[in-house]
Amino acid sequence: MTIELYRIDDRLVHGQVVVGWGQPMNIGFIVLVDDLVAASDWEQELYRMGVPPGMELYFASVEGAAGDIERWRSDQRPGILLTADVETMRRLAALVPGISAVNVGGIHHRSGRTERLRYVFLTPEEERELRALQDGGVVVTAQDVPSARPMPLGELLDGGTRK
Amino acid sequence: MPRPTCASTWPKTMSDTTPAIVLGHASVAAGLVSAVERITGITDRFIALSNDGLGTNEIEQMLRERMEATGARVVFTDLPAGSCNFAACRLLRVRPDIIVVTGANLPALLHFATSGVVPDTEGPEDTEVAAAEEAARRGAAAMRVLRGKPA
Repeated sequence: MTIELYRIDDRLVHGQVVVGWGQPMNIGFIVLVDDLVAASDWEQELYRMGVPPGMELYFASVEGAAGDIERWRSDQRPGILLTADVETMRRLAALVPGISAVNVGGIHHRSGRTERLRYVFLTPEEERELRALQDGGVVVTAQDVPSARPMPLGELLDGGTRK
Repeated sequence: MPRPTCASTWPKTMSDTTPAIVLGHASVAAGLVSAVERITGITDRFIALSNDGLGTNEIEQMLRERMEATGARVVFTDLPAGSCNFAACRLLRVRPDIIVVTGANLPALLHFATSGVVPDTEGPEDTEVAAAEEAARRGAAAMRVLRGKPA
């Protein structure tokens, strides 16, 4: 197995990830890539509370993740890699070859962002970064839970308003 | 005979003081609070909040603002591995006086709403901690697996 899902989700470890995706995919581990969380023992302890027994949770900065990615990819268990924002995923993809698809799972409302889906709000810069990811060969889709239809990036951005 | 009222049934409860927050995914908090109100008639014990459409920081901000506005110190969250619970736990860092109960269910909330009698000898803090702990015990104990027997 390998890292089966690269997901951008500003809630990071939460119900949709652990239960919604984790259970049907039989996830054995989650990699949380975030420079701030990687530097905070308190934040890491908080997120550890959120994973069930038997599911491991690893923390890494972007650079640290680039160094450890092959170890996670060779893990026998299926895994999920999470970032909280588009920029972190773009930085990771720039350092790590072989990320073929990115799931936009949840980017919520904040000043300057435009609603694209109920669970996806993007700034113009974030839209540019997602397009850059896709132009670099990464298939970008929006999908909050496994039962939802994955929405291609073009449809997500070109629709212009809430679907 | 006059119909019993909440006040006569539970003559002195913590609902005389401040409400508690119920914070959950989608409409679960509103549903739980609605059920407590329907079952007990107590309408001022809980404030329901949802994480719908909110990011991590926004959930925490909403919770902090409602707690400050209402004086609430107890937060019930629905899921340990959830953004609602993480937001409440983050508040614990700056508000060590608050109490977070996670995995909340209807039996837990019913107990908290109806049994928080304030003894005169204890301060409100001890009472709320004890009520929250007992609510958690009641909620956990209420989970059962029931099976039928062949006739």
